[in-house]
Amino acid sequence: MRLQPNEKLSLREILRDLDKYRPRRCGWTWRKPLEPGRRLGPFEFRECSEPLAASVPLPAAKYFDNIDPQPDCVITTEIASGRFEDDIRRMRMAAWHGADHIMVIRTAGQSHFDGLIEGTPEGVGGVPITRKQIRATRKALDAIEDEVGRPINFHSYVSGLAGPEIAVLFVEEGVNGAHQDAQYNVLYRNINMVRSYVDAAEAKRIMAHGGILQIDGAHNANATARQAWKVMPELLVQHAINCAFSRLAGMPPESIALSTVPPTAPPAPKLFLDLPYAVALRDLFPRYKMRAQMNTRYMESDLDEATVTHVLDTLVSRLTSADIQSTITPDEGRNVPWHYNNVRAVNAAKQTLVGLDGLRTFVKLDRGGPLGRIVRELKERAVLFLEEIRDRGYFRAIEDGHFVDSGFYPERAGDGISRPLDGGVGAGTVVARAADYVAPVCAHFGDNHLPEGLEKPCDCIGGCTLCDPSKIVYIDELDPEDNVEVRLARAEAHGPEEIRPEVEWAGDGVVVLNLMFPEEERVAKAAAMKLAEKMGLLDPLVIHTRVMHPAEGTYVELKGIFPGAIRRDELVLEKEIERLKDSEIEEFVRTHQVKAVAATVGNDEHSVGLREIIDIKHGGLEKFGFKCTYLGTSVPLEKVLDAAVETGAQVILISTIITHNDIHRICMRKLHNLAVEKGIREGRLLIAGGTQVTDEMARECGMDAGFGRGTKGHDVASFIVKSLSGRA
Amino acid sequence: MSLQRPDDFETRRGHLKELTDEELQARFWALTREIVAPLEELARTHTTPSIERSVALRMGFSSVEAEALVAGLFEHGLGGRGIGRMILNLMQSRGCTAREAGLALITTQCWEEAAKGGSHAPATK
Repeated sequence: MRLQPNEKLSLREILRDLDKYRPRRCGWTWRKPLEPGRRLGPFEFRECSEPLAASVPLPAAKYFDNIDPQPDCVITTEIASGRFEDDIRRMRMAAWHGADHIMVIRTAGQSHFDGLIEGTPEGVGGVPITRKQIRATRKALDAIEDEVGRPINFHSYVSGLAGPEIAVLFVEEGVNGAHQDAQYNVLYRNINMVRSYVDAAEAKRIMAHGGILQIDGAHNANATARQAWKVMPELLVQHAINCAFSRLAGMPPESIALSTVPPTAPPAPKLFLDLPYAVALRDLFPRYKMRAQMNTRYMESDLDEATVTHVLDTLVSRLTSADIQSTITPDEGRNVPWHYNNVRAVNAAKQTLVGLDGLRTFVKLDRGGPLGRIVRELKERAVLFLEEIRDRGYFRAIEDGHFVDSGFYPERAGDGISRPLDGGVGAGTVVARAADYVAPVCAHFGDNHLPEGLEKPCDCIGGCTLCDPSKIVYIDELDPEDNVEVRLARAEAHGPEEIRPEVEWAGDGVVVLNLMFPEEERVAKAAAMKLAEKMGLLDPLVIHTRVMHPAEGTYVELKGIFPGAIRRDELVLEKEIERLKDSEIEEFVRTHQVKAVAATVGNDEHSVGLREIIDIKHGGLEKFGFKCTYLGTSVPLEKVLDAAVETGAQVILISTIITHNDIHRICMRKLHNLAVEKGIREGRLLIAGGTQVTDEMARECGMDAGFGRGTKGHDVASFIVKSLSGRA
Repeated sequence: MSLQRPDDFETRRGHLKELTDEELQARFWALTREIVAPLEELARTHTTPSIERSVALRMGFSSVEAEALVAGLFEHGLGGRGIGRMILNLMQSRGCTAREAGLALITTQCWEEAAKGGSHAPATK
């Protein structure tokens, strides 16, 4: 399957022949560092990796030769729409913005499902992870990674009751990364602790066989604890227990990643609290990988606040280290992530990491002062924590509520999570292995009384699925109603001629209004709801408010569903400007001696945009041989016309950025009217440009053309030549 | 109610105070290994329905078949011997393939026959 940038992913194509699909590789892939000395555009980077073949760069890239530097660490995005067919489109968008670790959140309840799920049923807050869903996703990711030119790691969860089975499924189907943490199951999923550890050893051994990168679940302690910064000693302990247990199960340290979150957020003194913890963690776990996650504990509905916290989290990564920089969508505090917020979060991480490139070349951590003292204290507190668990025994410590207590250990608040040894989901299901216990398969952990003389454990059954994938049994669907085919048929009924807005699912119709009412908060919220009703939006809901002043005003964000559809044939598309070839423009300008005068008009001091349109170094008009006279900023309109007469310019370019009181339109009209009054309009091209100018608006105001944001000198040159040669 | 305790770090840390960073780090990992050793022992010597289903999957059964096989295994009190043992025994007694043996267990519930063999097999690794 080959993707074209101007074509949508074909779900029908992805679903075709899935029973025969095999993944192209197993295991995890890291980014390739940029070769030393290699430049991207005009710059050298110190902490970046190979660029992509196709991508959407940061918005400001247009000022920097459109470079799109990719940070050295893998960037994660978490995707959880509930329908894999929508997830796939979101993955493609995220990959184009720089995500190469796609983490698929499971549907609520899957961790308590004792077995595998098959087919493509719809999920809640995530997708049911099934063989078909994995194959379809991995097949789509194969095509997407070919399109962007970088391997993409696909990730989900080997946790819950069915860990060993899911691990087998993941290795068979080429899943590259997975969460696995027995303690997480016990504390946060209330799975029986004996069951959880016995299952985990098998699951980890299987994951190690397939080279799957493991991420632990320790960070949940600071997403759960009331005062997240106080669980830091315990977090060190939780990571250590999972690492040590994973090593005993056969996992190499380079396949084990610690999921670590800077615990606090402003208005707490974030860096002062979070940095020593990050340093202590990296000191204690030098051979392990760091998966730096963003803080979710203190996220509210304010997208800007969340983004700033996440930028500071990323600063901690750059001041210490991160092998994987995970991202959290800024809207996660208010809804299941929307797809453009996945892209937003990936951009925020990329922008921050690239912006901080080389930070440690200039800045070194001073461990001689308070930093060193606090790091040492955290480690000592962690050692004391371990001593107490060792004395009680691990299971007893869990029963006693030793973990996720909000006291700063050894302080105890008495509010830890307690689980009974014989309680929880799956209690009583663990049995001792008998003297003749046997598991005639590869990647099995523990006592195994295989017949003697085998080269591989599975030789006695003629090979297992890990050695011979042709033995894998593929199930397509089990539920005739709840599956992708039924949903696709429903979606296709709309036909391609209808367009609907969306945030989560295909054509869900959700729109957001950003409103400011000069009213107190309660009135503003009610006004927003009434406004939505008058606009005909269904299911309106205020998703965010921010008081500007208790009496003067409130900012409100409201979501609702636009009930209709837009028909493609009723749209008026902006004309695409056809650019002439350089040589064609140069030939015409030379033979016709084309001259231009240019100025920013009115009381407007903006000069950058216009200089880029005319200057030779930016590929502007001068590059094509135009004789340009630049008059400066805040130039009166009369003076512009006088200069055109004096220099004999056929072209007048004005720039107008300020739009206050419609001054940009007024300037355009006045220029045209003055030129007519002076009798010099005939035979001259009047062109206006500016960030808020459109071609339509400029023509309405008497100009011959208008150019807005993103215009290049080449566009303006093409227009001039086409007009003067009578082809426009 | 779990333990409540004020922060007595300064008194507790007495024995750690003089350790070098390297010694403290070594202690951190030695304690961790001590804590997880019994967990490894537990995992090495026990099994669960999910482990057995994962074995059945690797032996070439679908998830639906693995579910049926392991449900039967545990209902007959044979979980501790493993689904692999039952299938190997049937393969031996019937001279059939692993897949044929598993499907026979699902369709004919021949657990008694499967349980018979194998118990004399040498317990070697």
